Amino acid sequence: MEDYSVIGKRIPRIDGLAKVTGEAKYAADYEMPGMLWCKIARSPHAHAKILNIDTSRAESLPGVKKVLTGKDFKGWKWGWMPKTREEEPLAAETVRYLGEAVAAVAAIDEDTAEEAAQLIEVEYEELPGVFDPEEAMKEGAPQLYGHAKNNISWDFHMDFGDVEKGFKEADLVHEDRFETGRVITGYLEPPAAVAMYDSSGITIWAAKQSPYFVYRHLAACFGLPLSKVRVIQPFIGGGFGGTKNDSLAGDFCSVLFSKLLGKPVKFVYTMEEVLMTCRRRHNMIVFNKMGMKKDGTITGMHSRVIADGGAHTAIGPLTMYLTGCMSTLPYKLPNFKHDAYRIYTNNPIGAAMRGHGVTHTRFAAELQMEMMAEELGIDPVAVRLKNAISAPYETINKVTVKSCGLVEGIETIADNPVWKNRKEKKQEGPIAHGVGMSATSYLGGARQRGHQSCAAVIRLCEDGSVDYLTGASDCGQGSDTVLVQMVAEELGLAMEDVDIKRVDTAMTPCDAGSYGSRVTVLAGEAARKAAQDVKQQLAVFAAEKWEAKPEDILFKDRQVSVKGQPEKTMPFEQLAKIACYSGSGAVILGRGYSDYGIDVLDFEKGIGNCGTSYSFTSQLTEVDVDLETGFLKCTDMLIAHDCGVPLNPINVEAQNQGAAMQGMGQAMYEAFKMDHGKTLNPTLLDYKMPLATDIPNIEVVDIITEDPDGPYGAKEASEGAIVSVPPSIFTAVHDATGIWFKEQPLTPEKIAMALREKKKNG
Amino acid sequence: MEMKTIKFVINGVKQELRIPPWRTLLEVIREDLKLTGAKEGCGQGECGSCTVIMGGKSVNSCLVPAMEADGQEITTIEGLKNGEELHPIQEAFVEHAGMQCGFCTPGMIMSAKHLLDHNSDPTLEEIQEGVSGNFCRCTGYTKIFESIDAAAKSMKGGR
Repeated sequence: MEDYSVIGKRIPRIDGLAKVTGEAKYAADYEMPGMLWCKIARSPHAHAKILNIDTSRAESLPGVKKVLTGKDFKGWKWGWMPKTREEEPLAAETVRYLGEAVAAVAAIDEDTAEEAAQLIEVEYEELPGVFDPEEAMKEGAPQLYGHAKNNISWDFHMDFGDVEKGFKEADLVHEDRFETGRVITGYLEPPAAVAMYDSSGITIWAAKQSPYFVYRHLAACFGLPLSKVRVIQPFIGGGFGGTKNDSLAGDFCSVLFSKLLGKPVKFVYTMEEVLMTCRRRHNMIVFNKMGMKKDGTITGMHSRVIADGGAHTAIGPLTMYLTGCMSTLPYKLPNFKHDAYRIYTNNPIGAAMRGHGVTHTRFAAELQMEMMAEELGIDPVAVRLKNAISAPYETINKVTVKSCGLVEGIETIADNPVWKNRKEKKQEGPIAHGVGMSATSYLGGARQRGHQSCAAVIRLCEDGSVDYLTGASDCGQGSDTVLVQMVAEELGLAMEDVDIKRVDTAMTPCDAGSYGSRVTVLAGEAARKAAQDVKQQLAVFAAEKWEAKPEDILFKDRQVSVKGQPEKTMPFEQLAKIACYSGSGAVILGRGYSDYGIDVLDFEKGIGNCGTSYSFTSQLTEVDVDLETGFLKCTDMLIAHDCGVPLNPINVEAQNQGAAMQGMGQAMYEAFKMDHGKTLNPTLLDYKMPLATDIPNIEVVDIITEDPDGPYGAKEASEGAIVSVPPSIFTAVHDATGIWFKEQPLTPEKIAMALREKKKNG
Repeated sequence: MEMKTIKFVINGVKQELRIPPWRTLLEVIREDLKLTGAKEGCGQGECGSCTVIMGGKSVNSCLVPAMEADGQEITTIEGLKNGEELHPIQEAFVEHAGMQCGFCTPGMIMSAKHLLDHNSDPTLEEIQEGVSGNFCRCTGYTKIFESIDAAAKSMKGGR
């Protein structure tokens, strides 16, 4: 690896100071003179026709300025794809989930708006609802949409090789049913925005991890050119996919209120609204069939996936795609069939969440592979090494892997004393200790469909500092820091010489935002190229002064010099002045855009690369299980993660640790309790996210590979560990109890009941 | 509307406010005093994002009626710096990646301050207990524990 100045260093976050002092402003921290408050009125029914809405009582409450209902949006709908545009800012005729927005109030303060929202009287005709995706697929089930027979919101099929032939060649074939949890992203900052509509168009300060999605939605909804929609990104209090990638009733209503009333309008959702109505992870049932030879070789796999999509399609087509297209990693799979069904139900909407799509099917396949290996008497490490891919590799569906630290990761786990000594059963009283592992993969630099532009602009200031403009959003993952590192590295500057401007759609170049682990890889490439462009422009001025060739001009340590002629050196600042003051004032503006991985992707058949590169995560997990009470405690994790080259190792560790704990919550604690579409636990007291006292010791080991399609060799470093955690916890619990659990979350109740059953059956 | 007068000292500054008696301390801090460092995550005393120190105790300011602040001394995240100089806990959170999105951070740091005010040499378990009322979804807490441990060591070193 080259000798870099800032790349690869444990550099503190550039937003750290603002965040530890309380200076950092989030959307809810903004206010404007004359500002009104917006509150949403929501349906108490999961499926109903709206017969009439009486807004008169709400309108007559002092302080109320206006009430909106669905008809005010004149039938406008949005969706992830043109053919899935089915969601309305406010439901006009039919509500399809409990908590769907039906009306909105603007009032002089938050309390008045809330009181008025409760005074809106909606007359409903309740319709039969359907809440279980398998029930919803049956003939005669209540239908959510006329166009969607058997409530199929989206289906996706892959068929590669000959899976039946694969099963025939196998010595053992297993069919099992797995289920993944009904969980939510869990950001602590509820969605919020302050919106203003005036003669210059829309300006909105909104909590979005993909500001350019709401930018397009607002332009379409209000019939404005994009140049009249300005989304300004405050600090974002966590994203993790789904809700903050998308638009909300509150966004559209605040803007429309502002248009009609001429005042800025603010909304802040409550945590109850977040937990009851916002996007959550699809929970999925995975029927998995796998064939294996006596030596552990996997001969084929057929997955049938049923996902609870809830009331709208949202980003669901991509979710279903990811459940399948990534199943061919990280193990060799010569025959593969995949049938995925996303089903409408009258539940809240399933959407993207960290580990998108992949976490479900990898959980199933990873557990099943180890269950079968156990039956065949093959060690968990051996079965993984037998099937592990190594780079370069092309899967049967033409996913191309150019760097792969999988084998090294698995060997790191296998060489660990904890793994080596795991056969020495440790049990103290009723507490059984278990050791488990997993080895998984995730994509980085997502480039699926639609508007995937990703560019950077760098403006040189005359004092040698630079303004870096990106459309990428740091919603907490630290991407602003790593992007600034890249700009500083290329220009030979220090971190503090580079200022990153957060997204302002009036200034920054268009970008898809934070999802699919795309920012470091794609926005990073764009930033690097823009910095190189600045360098090339500056090199011309230096070359002229020194009568040298532009390609011989070097930029390092805030100095510019000629290669091999150390006497020809000047400060970067001086060259900046020479350039900026030349003629009547030259404008040095660097531009760059990402063009990694723009090969053709067949979204219908599941062929090709859904990402630019692929990370590999191998994990060792230790648990304590109380065999009397079923109480489960995760005590230790070792995460061997191949993110290519870690550009900021402390940040990479932090990402892995955070993702791991989100995965642990999903695997052990978190689940929405539902009753006929109603979320029974919409508080952080009853929805159990991990707390400080639940945290195991987490060690992160970087497996270094250099990916050719990543800036400085980097791949993704935030989603891999959320995929590797659940199967490693389940295999550890199996090690402690001898029981294969197949459903998330793995609660003490489930463990205690299964242990009792096991005892009964001897 | 019946208004009540309350007086308190916040971040070393005396305040006298006329407020309706049902308002929470968090509302008064954020809306009247424009100190928006303390956050409202859940508004139900579960997430800890609104943690401030009042009368030497860490409290969820979203649950405290502002009336109870009468006569009290309050410190929020904005009151931690000494002029331009960061508090050692703030410094440690920056240095050890103790924050990501930063939304829980003001509350987390105030809980950490309360812990270190009462226990200058906490064990890992005591640190975990000390911030067990504060959710963080980004960091997985590990780097928060490391930050607080580093802060404790730096403060004992005479800072």
